[in-house]
Amino acid sequence: MIKLIGIVVIALGFALRFNTLLVVLAAGIATGLVAGMSFNEIMALFGKYFVENRYMTLTVLLMLPVVGLLERYGLRERAETLIKRAQAATTGRVLLLYTAVRQVSVALGVNIGGHAAMVRPLVTPMAEGAARAKHGELTPQATQLIRANASAAENVGNFFGEDTVFAVGAVYLIKGVLEAQGVNVGVWSLSLWGIPTALVAFCTMWWRARVLDRRLGRGLPGATGEGGQ
Amino acid sequence: MKLLSLDVFYVVAGVFLLLMAGRTALMRGHPTRWGSAIFWGLLAVVFLGGKTLPPVVVGYILLALVGLAATKQVGPAKADAASPGERAASAERLKNKLFVPALLIPATAIVGTLGLAKLHVGDVWLLDSANTTVTSVCLGALVAVIVGIRLTRAQPMTPVDEGSRLVQTVGWAIILPQLLAALGGIFAKAGVGAVVADLVAQALPTQYPFVAVLAYCLGMALFTVCMGNAFAAFPVITLGIGLPFIVHQHGGNPAIMAAIGMLCGYCGTLLTPMAANFNLVPAMLLELPDKHAVIKAQVPIALVILVANVLIMWFCVYRF
Repeated sequence: MIKLIGIVVIALGFALRFNTLLVVLAAGIATGLVAGMSFNEIMALFGKYFVENRYMTLTVLLMLPVVGLLERYGLRERAETLIKRAQAATTGRVLLLYTAVRQVSVALGVNIGGHAAMVRPLVTPMAEGAARAKHGELTPQATQLIRANASAAENVGNFFGEDTVFAVGAVYLIKGVLEAQGVNVGVWSLSLWGIPTALVAFCTMWWRARVLDRRLGRGLPGATGEGGQ
Repeated sequence: MKLLSLDVFYVVAGVFLLLMAGRTALMRGHPTRWGSAIFWGLLAVVFLGGKTLPPVVVGYILLALVGLAATKQVGPAKADAASPGERAASAERLKNKLFVPALLIPATAIVGTLGLAKLHVGDVWLLDSANTTVTSVCLGALVAVIVGIRLTRAQPMTPVDEGSRLVQTVGWAIILPQLLAALGGIFAKAGVGAVVADLVAQALPTQYPFVAVLAYCLGMALFTVCMGNAFAAFPVITLGIGLPFIVHQHGGNPAIMAAIGMLCGYCGTLLTPMAANFNLVPAMLLELPDKHAVIKAQVPIALVILVANVLIMWFCVYRF
């Protein structure tokens, strides 16, 4: 039970709004110490995993120069101009279409999205542009609501497209873990059983997109506190 | 041999961070000039040095990075972006050509994943086949920068400065995903997962088939919320709850259990600030005042999909 101290540190630290990096580091040190590691061993583990996981930061770092450059030269403005010409475009439909593209492309094993590469430079200007064309200038709350939902569209499309059709990443992990226990499963059946949830995820996103459009139509985000604070 | 392995791109990112640190140190008006310069410089060292540095040294560098962030020595530069008027005029001038570099990134990712990954002369491969998705996206970003500079006729340092502005908008949170991954590693080494799995298994009457499904699905979601990573939760919860109760005790289908179980984990990912790269970094990147706005938008989505997952698994896992 004492080994769960790290989770307690995280929960307390987040609740008391300490610096997040500090909370995470403290949780790791506490967990390591109760597991009988020395301070230097804990630092070495942090160092080892930090270096191994550089790829998580890599794509964002390499993406931002080109995104910043294009933004300076008016990419977001251009994306807005284009979407304002499309009569049928609403914020919800832009986001739903993005989720669909993301799900299908991920399922085919191609990574063509990302918060830095697509959501900031292209998806949010289009979603905001569609809202401005329909409802005029946006309040800061409306902007925040649209952007938060654009991030959600990216995440949902990314997560719930992954397991279908072409087995990638997760499927090999599943297969490896089960095989180590002497349980054999086929890659294809793992992919197949991801499809029902992928459809549910798309329908859920369709519902959220409609809710978003209705809220923007009413002029104010709903009073349920989602996104606005 | 791989010409464009991850290591090549780590060096490129390291050089970018180093330039960023240098330019920050030269900015007289920067509110946290020296703290920020040291922070990005140290991160550059980690990217450039990587595996040649002893892990314990990286650990102490990490301690310094966290110290700088916690004492508020790392922050964004004063706004120096182009004015809205300049941007609108440039958008009018370049029109749809602006999309070319932006769309080159996904295009390169497609070509890279499907074509370039198979390109090789004897033993010399163009891309690292083990990391094709990451390396093709990186390659796409570099191709797009070059095309972008030619198209806009910008100075070569403009992408560095604009990229640096955006990186500093995200700020210290950019290393949070890596730090959380490291925490996950330490949790695993210390055996945290086994304790969680035992607790769930003892607390619930898993002799009922439905309860076993519920315990596994909720266990995956909850443990992912704690770890921030479904991949880390999967082995622990599957060996602790899934295999013993659903498969061995009640004869469920392991493929259905595992596929849907992983997706329950993803529902947890949508709900947790521990999955910083999906939930917190985007909030910073999109300049949202509420850092948890993305999670709040995802709560209804995650709950609906989680309930659907429990029902799909319960309906199918004992039947097929």
